[in-house]
Amino acid sequence: MTMVLNHPGIADAEPNADALKRRGSRERRALASLTLPGAILIFLVLILPIGWLFWLSFFGPSGEATLENYARMLKPIYVRTFISTFEVAGLVTLVCVLLGYPVAYLLSQLSERTAGLLMIFVVLPFWTSVLVRTYAWLVLLQRTGLVNTWLIDAGVISTPLPLVHNMLGTVIGMVHVMLPFLILPLYASMRAIDPVYMRAAANCGATPSQAFRQVFLPMSLPGLTAGIALVFVLCLGFFVTPALLGGGRVAMWAMQIANNISVYGNWGAASALGVVLLVVTAIILYAFKRLFRVDTFEGVR
Amino acid sequence: MLNRPATETQITHFQRIWLYMLVALVFAFLIIPCLIVIPMSFSGSKYLEFPPRSWSLQWYGAYLGSSEWRAATFVSLRAALLTTVFATTFGTLAAYGISRAYGAASSLARGVFMLPMLVPLILVAIGCFFVYAKIGLNGTTTGLVMAHTVLALPFVVIAVLSGLASYDMNQERVAQSLGASRPWAFLTVTLPQIRLSVMSGALFAFVTSFDEVVIALFISGGQNATLTRLMFANIRDQIDPTVAAISSLLIGLSMILLVGSHLLRGREDRK
Repeated sequence: MTMVLNHPGIADAEPNADALKRRGSRERRALASLTLPGAILIFLVLILPIGWLFWLSFFGPSGEATLENYARMLKPIYVRTFISTFEVAGLVTLVCVLLGYPVAYLLSQLSERTAGLLMIFVVLPFWTSVLVRTYAWLVLLQRTGLVNTWLIDAGVISTPLPLVHNMLGTVIGMVHVMLPFLILPLYASMRAIDPVYMRAAANCGATPSQAFRQVFLPMSLPGLTAGIALVFVLCLGFFVTPALLGGGRVAMWAMQIANNISVYGNWGAASALGVVLLVVTAIILYAFKRLFRVDTFEGVR
Repeated sequence: MLNRPATETQITHFQRIWLYMLVALVFAFLIIPCLIVIPMSFSGSKYLEFPPRSWSLQWYGAYLGSSEWRAATFVSLRAALLTTVFATTFGTLAAYGISRAYGAASSLARGVFMLPMLVPLILVAIGCFFVYAKIGLNGTTTGLVMAHTVLALPFVVIAVLSGLASYDMNQERVAQSLGASRPWAFLTVTLPQIRLSVMSGALFAFVTSFDEVVIALFISGGQNATLTRLMFANIRDQIDPTVAAISSLLIGLSMILLVGSHLLRGREDRK
């Protein structure tokens, strides 16, 4: 008779639930503490300095509070930099789409084995230092470089073409760096398209180009938009290649920031430019994420 | 052969020969700048030529003979190895915490660890330069490794998270129920099974640090100038064939790392 009253589940329910809850919150704290070393480092190197720059952007060179650093951005020289940055980024992105889409398409139609082998052409540049590739373009494109030498020897031209230290050279170098960033996510999304849809479209009487335009293209759009967002955003803040291949003739946002510090020592102006760059980057990524539901940066490499 | 259908919509190889040619041209565009420097670096004359009229190792000699280049290489290697150790350790811990936690805390942590990949590098560079100037970390290995570790963290976290996604956490619970402590269960049961993901994260961390230019330009200098910083200055000011020799060595290194990451991925897939 007493056995029924002493049923363990009933009598111990309360203290047991408390213990479980305590254990649960201890567990959560333990898990959170695992992320601490990395999170502290991110705070020290990333969040704190950028917050500080943000604060700094509201002060003039002599320490007075002012919005001058933001107002200055409306001056023609800054506006020209913004326009040329967006032009370069847009042009590079467009060329990357025109060159990258056919490559990703063809690779996605081949067997996994063949595609994996041909992928070396995309992945080797990806793993090669940007500096090394920029140097190679300089060697190829400069006045006495390989391309000009070959063209002159072949009798096509008599004087060297200005291929580098200008907009053309900058775009060529940047496309080379950015192309893998477009091809890799695009290829992944095209690989996921079941070929059965194309066969079905053909069976239903679609011409090949109709089937491509109405079936394949729309299904490849998520990968394409992810690639476009990634390339465009990376171009906006790109420093190394424009600095070396632009020859001072292509004004880019990142170079303007660097110059404000190394040439003028104007931290307020540099900070304001940096803050606006960050905000523009965040807006573009957020807009793409909302509009196309793409996670741009996950799993690119 | 060329008239056989190549696609589900009965397009023949012949009809899309333009596609093959276009793709071949893009491949050439992608690969030529990565390879052309290698033969040129063996040039025997005072200038870079392709194809070289005579062969020599003079530019490799110039590289190895220069104490400045040697010191910079050493600085870069040291920073990359330290970055690999810290980023891999911190990133693996964080990925484990993120994968086991759930709800808002987990996605917040995930977001924080992706930040270094999203923020424009130039902003990180000037931010670090500014704060480091206040606390005397500019031109130090500590400062450089801290910044590079932060840059590398997202790659490690992504790699390890993907490894943990295909790992059955119940195995760790079994180990614990058999008396293993939590850290011991992780080290002896979980870690061996996700080691390939951890290693590929480590590989990314190494490359991230070794190839990094923008931050190094701002915060490394003097005795602690990195190889990339020295190369950048050299490329900007003159075309020094020594850089061709260094570039060729770096291309060789990327090929080794590429093969390494390919092998890791292949083994991961077979599991």
